[in-house]
Amino acid sequence: MTQVCKTSKAIGGMGHSMKRKEDGRFLQGKGNYVDDIKLDGMLYMDIVRSPYAYAKIKKIDSEAALKVPGVLAVITGRDLEQYNLHWMPTLMSDTQMVLPTDTVMYQAQEVAAIIATSRYAARDGREAVRVEYEVMKPVIDPFKALDPSAPVLRTDKPGKTDNHIWHWEVGDKARTEAVFASADVVVKEQMHIPRIHVASIETCGCVADYSKVNNHLTMYMTTQAPHAIRTVIALVAGHVGLTEEKVRVISPDIGGGFGGKVPVYPGYVIAIAASFLIGKPVKWIEDRSENLQADSFARDYHITAEMAGTKDGKILATRFKVLADHGYTDASANPSKFPTGMFSIATGSYDYGTTFMEADAIYTNKPPGGVAYRCSFRVTEAVHAIERMTDRYALEIGKDPAQLRFDNFIPKEAFPWHSPTGWIYDSGDYEAGLRKAMDAIDYEGLRKEQTEKRAKGELMGIGISTFTEVVGAGPSKDFDILGIKMFDSAEIRVHPTGKAIARFGTKSQGQGHETTYAQIIAEELGIPAENIQIEEGDTDTAPYGLGTYASRSTPTAGAAAAVAARKLRDKARKIAAYLLEVSEDDLEWEPGKFFVKGAPEKSKTIQELVFAAYTNHPQGMEAGFEATHYYDPPNLTFPSGAYICVVDIDKETGEIKVRRFVAIDDCGNIINPMIVQGQVHGGLTQGIAPAMYESLIYDDDGNILNGTLMDYLVPTAVESPNWETGHTITPSPHHPIGAKGVGESPTVGAPPAIANAIVDALSPYGITHLDIPITPFKVWKALKEKGAI
Amino acid sequence: MAATTPAADTAQKQAITLKVNRKTYKLDVEPRETLLDVLRERLDLTGSKKGCDHGQCGACTVHVDGRTANACLLLAVMQQGREITTIEGIAPGGKTNGQERLHPLQAAFIKHDGLQCGYCTPGQIMSGVAVLRDGHADSPAEIREWMSGNICRCGAYAGIVAAIESVKKGDTIG
Repeated sequence: MTQVCKTSKAIGGMGHSMKRKEDGRFLQGKGNYVDDIKLDGMLYMDIVRSPYAYAKIKKIDSEAALKVPGVLAVITGRDLEQYNLHWMPTLMSDTQMVLPTDTVMYQAQEVAAIIATSRYAARDGREAVRVEYEVMKPVIDPFKALDPSAPVLRTDKPGKTDNHIWHWEVGDKARTEAVFASADVVVKEQMHIPRIHVASIETCGCVADYSKVNNHLTMYMTTQAPHAIRTVIALVAGHVGLTEEKVRVISPDIGGGFGGKVPVYPGYVIAIAASFLIGKPVKWIEDRSENLQADSFARDYHITAEMAGTKDGKILATRFKVLADHGYTDASANPSKFPTGMFSIATGSYDYGTTFMEADAIYTNKPPGGVAYRCSFRVTEAVHAIERMTDRYALEIGKDPAQLRFDNFIPKEAFPWHSPTGWIYDSGDYEAGLRKAMDAIDYEGLRKEQTEKRAKGELMGIGISTFTEVVGAGPSKDFDILGIKMFDSAEIRVHPTGKAIARFGTKSQGQGHETTYAQIIAEELGIPAENIQIEEGDTDTAPYGLGTYASRSTPTAGAAAAVAARKLRDKARKIAAYLLEVSEDDLEWEPGKFFVKGAPEKSKTIQELVFAAYTNHPQGMEAGFEATHYYDPPNLTFPSGAYICVVDIDKETGEIKVRRFVAIDDCGNIINPMIVQGQVHGGLTQGIAPAMYESLIYDDDGNILNGTLMDYLVPTAVESPNWETGHTITPSPHHPIGAKGVGESPTVGAPPAIANAIVDALSPYGITHLDIPITPFKVWKALKEKGAI
Repeated sequence: MAATTPAADTAQKQAITLKVNRKTYKLDVEPRETLLDVLRERLDLTGSKKGCDHGQCGACTVHVDGRTANACLLLAVMQQGREITTIEGIAPGGKTNGQERLHPLQAAFIKHDGLQCGYCTPGQIMSGVAVLRDGHADSPAEIREWMSGNICRCGAYAGIVAAIESVKKGDTIG
């Protein structure tokens, strides 16, 4: 199916590659990010952090720090304790220290804060604080965290006797075990989806501006979810007077979020407390190492994955057992009812009978997190597991992995499809996607070439990933964060002259909302997109919403924009009927105007109708032209994709070269093809990152070994291959504009395509699996162990 | 909270003169202040961004006497007598049709979608302008190599490379 633009280029509705409205200011250095904000009398905060992963604090000596020129105050956990602000809830209803009163639980944990008159003075103060620690042996290896000999870390929790957080399971255990017991073929791999970091180029930070005069807090902060954060601030600090009407959160331009700017970090709370106590604005901007070492990590799932099938390639069952290393506290950002997020999408794009999945989460002495890094809540982990195992099974029975997928895909006529774990996949055409990808890359030709190269001992691999995502959280019957339902909102105001402003509960971090939301409204109302200004991020002006993450903006707020615009179109129809003196039923709409059926010369443009809403509206009708909608999606959306990667590997050094990468995405109807392509490029780049380069590494004492951008390898232009992208379009049947969300699909789908390609290259030597990131050393070592070199 | 009335700021300051974007600024700075902090905090030229403060991301790239430099790794006191250009000084100035005139590479970034969140963009533009001017844009591979000091976490590299290539082909760079 192809998509046709219904509006003219001048209107710029859906399907037009409109240039981004936000680009002008960014290109001229005129973006307004948190660290660009400067307020009168603003103070600066810096944070003393623990050098140890697990230690008792014996003493914090602030004396020397207070003598440093420019230093005003040193804040410790004991200070916050006086106001009962030393603990805060996490988004998963666990608890987390703001500042410790007696024990530090991970390296780089906040220990004390310095408030000073300049950034440099604050850093000087930080260096002058003396902290005495009694170092303890930390729990780092997650597989040893549940040993009876392991120390119980969360002694703050009464009655806690081990480091277990929760157990979760889904599926039919008995039936799955029976299928596994009788299946001809069973394959099994132990895999680790590494602990990684979003590493947005803008770190996290805030300016907390508390006014003692009117007891009001304005919080400028790097947050993807300003409205939810306002509620959290009120819940945490309401008892000291910061009730919700006295809090305004402003999220200005954000320099990349990717899920890392969803949580509340201790620094934000300390900055608020400092501003509250001192009565002046306090700026806190973390540095790069603090960002990498203390802010929420992502992934870190250890998965035992199994697949059962027939000898000729029919998948019968899967089984996944997860050990989730959450670090010191469960600070994931999942919907409340889903402790493993959407991991249960791990049955994938395949039609088979049964599965059983279970997960156990544990505490260790590592930084907390588990955020949905460019991923709808653990979909990345799920997709890696199923797509790796699909290839593993194909290898086991000697079947082509593309053919095996064709033989197991959920057929397109089976949608809506009920998955064994309870999801209702809304739509999809997996076969079309894979066919298109195979044609684009010449799959048959590549397999021939591979055969020839293998005969010569050369290493070439082809990897496929045909994934299904589950995004757009979500329907309020199942989805909430801290009890707040995961709807989202749009408010459209059209001014008398036909220009509009629209505000949303989401918050762009580079996704281009200022452009795409305007295009959705243009599509529905026929007002040119360039005449529609989009605003997000100010809780005093925008309607309430849960924010931007998990590819939810288009599925929720984008839908809200369409529905609100349709309310306005209905109003315009009534006004048109009044002005043209015909019945509403006699009117027809074309983008930008209503006209009388059979008499197209009798028409009123949307601009004329809007003007009439303020100047000549029918008596009895409410004046003005405004609408708001809070959209509660009836289901999630299920984008899919077919990715094929070709790698060449140098046998002697293990060096991996990605020769080609074809990505065919199906995100339903497309709002702006250029922006979608940019999102896909970006997602693929963040997909190759954990596949080949990135992971946060800790030693046995809990020291991070790569806590700077010098050794945490974020891909540059050199490491990023030439992405070849394309689409199939299967509109979501329940979304008002048939869209599904796209920003995260490639981050989810790319790692297994790359891993499958590398393993495919190495498979002649008996290598069946390598954990990502797959580095040259890992490849060389595996070849060496198998005697291939 | 252990608090104090701050001791007088006794840090040794030095009077310096900086030439930034063809303007001359006289100011007192501590010898340890980086050029990036002085640009952002003293001169309100916040276009240069701080991504790592360690010369590892390129977001603060400026031109010093025509060469690219990470402003976070330079001390402001050592830049006297040098011509510093930041993102705020790269456009030719003036307006066309009410819009501020852009440098050809800035315009090419819009056309080729070379940015998303915008945070690394000023640095990308400054490096890209230098890559073009210094003759390192003869192939996509060469552009990628010479742009490798500028991280774009949004992964807009394809657009960035295409934008630089297009300006190279159009030969409109000053």
